[in-house]
Amino acid sequence: MVEVRNVSKQYGNKKVVEQVSLNIRKGKITSFIGPNGAGKSTLLSMISRLITKDSGEIYIDGAEIGKCKSNDLAKKISILKQSNHINIRLTVKDLVCFGRFPYSQGRLTKEDWRHVDEAIAYMDLQEMQDSYLDQLSGGQKQRAFIAMVMAQDTEYILLDEPLNNLDMKHSVQIMKVLKRLARELGKTVIIVLHDINFASCYSDYIVALKDGKIIREGRTEEIIDSQVLREIYDMDIQVETIGSNRIGIYFT
Amino acid sequence: MRKRYLVMALIVLSSISVFIGVKNITPLDLFQLSDDQAQTLLVSRLPRLVSLIIAGISMSILGMIMQQLTRNKFVSPTTAGTMDSARLGVLVSLMLFTSATPLQKMLVAFVFALAGTFIFMKILDKVKYKDTIFIPLVGLMFGSIVGSITTFFAYKHDLIQNISSWLQGNFSMVVKGRYELLYISIPLVIIAYLYANRFTIAGMGEEFSVNLGLKYKQVVNIGLIIIALVSSVVILTVGVIPFLGLVIPNIVAIYQGDNLKRNLPHTALLGAVFVLGCDILGRLIIYPYEIPIGLTVGVIGSGIFLYLLMRRIAYAS
Repeated sequence: MVEVRNVSKQYGNKKVVEQVSLNIRKGKITSFIGPNGAGKSTLLSMISRLITKDSGEIYIDGAEIGKCKSNDLAKKISILKQSNHINIRLTVKDLVCFGRFPYSQGRLTKEDWRHVDEAIAYMDLQEMQDSYLDQLSGGQKQRAFIAMVMAQDTEYILLDEPLNNLDMKHSVQIMKVLKRLARELGKTVIIVLHDINFASCYSDYIVALKDGKIIREGRTEEIIDSQVLREIYDMDIQVETIGSNRIGIYFT
Repeated sequence: MRKRYLVMALIVLSSISVFIGVKNITPLDLFQLSDDQAQTLLVSRLPRLVSLIIAGISMSILGMIMQQLTRNKFVSPTTAGTMDSARLGVLVSLMLFTSATPLQKMLVAFVFALAGTFIFMKILDKVKYKDTIFIPLVGLMFGSIVGSITTFFAYKHDLIQNISSWLQGNFSMVVKGRYELLYISIPLVIIAYLYANRFTIAGMGEEFSVNLGLKYKQVVNIGLIIIALVSSVVILTVGVIPFLGLVIPNIVAIYQGDNLKRNLPHTALLGAVFVLGCDILGRLIIYPYEIPIGLTVGVIGSGIFLYLLMRRIAYAS
């Protein structure tokens, strides 16, 4: 379990995250939603130790992340940021191999290769495993990065707006994969999402942030509700049930 | 596959290099060397060959590491102020201790080169507009400022002639007893190889590195130390070889991407072959005189550099 206790972060005078406390359940998909500047990405970065917190504690399986070795944490928790346009010419396979770095420091064992091959197969990347990243489309690239994170084989997988710049087809593909990761492999997935409907269709729990604070959290059906969404986004969003999913209509 | 050709080219060029010079030595003579010929071989030709190879290998590898760490294909010791800072260091050592040993000079040059490279990296952090062409321009400007400081003090202390000999790479001065400092780069190149994966990961950014549990700052610093050390050693023994650290890694990257560990052997071989070739050319063009290698590499290298630049622009648009 991830436990966040009274965590705050401040840039200059601006409090980006303020006194946030939160428990994230194992084996489930939890989405962070909220308007721009709500502190979703900052919170995610703090949980994954990419940025330091000003105060408070974050425990992962009972251990405070500030007291853990970075390399040990890399075997427990992985994060994929939205800044994926790294202009480096690596092949897909090379990239996925780097996911094993925390275990092997670059000298891959048989065990490491097994994870690499599995991840590539799982993400359906076999055909392009020797292609360079810059030859891939946005969706394929995103899948390659997720394959790397899979090879890292961490209990917790954090993703910061993984659907950015992806078309509908690829967005759905990525979300389905994340769902499989949680259901089949028991991974705990934490995602920052902009589209409430993707959050609604794929997550088990939703955490809504606004102005650096958590204003609502709960099961998906509790959050995807006109009343609650108005509180979060300051706009009227009609919620309809289509099939078994609750869909917010906010376009007009 | 291509590696095999490079190794063959290296062997061929190495043998040519040994048998070119004013003193006539043919391969057949090897079986019955006169004292004179043996002397020439041991004191001049072989040290020259060894230093050419080491300098070629280490400068190209430096360039490759720098390009990974800065995430910019056009950054190298000559376009980031490293070489200019090292030269300022040499000048300072000449001014402070008149009879400095090569090792002392190297240490001072190293400190300056490291400081200079650090400053360049700090400038890079501050620059918001990370354009591929803009960054090396900043480096060149920074290098020129350091260079003008060097010239100013060298002029004041009557050391211009002295300092300009470090400006232009030249292997004709390499004789036994004057190049051994270069051996320092061999262990450094080996360390670079062992750290290759880490450099590649560091090149993908701090967040990417932290996610994989890599100590980002430490890896970058190790890289910078290797760069500064090798730069100062090379500048003291053979001088500045322009464009080498720029052209070679770029050619290799075009053919096989940016995986440092896989590229290092090719980069090393191609660097050595390129330097050897340019040196042989410089020795033959106005035989029995010599053109310093700084010039031949400069002309050929800048041509290739321009080509890469155009290619990049065409690619970007």
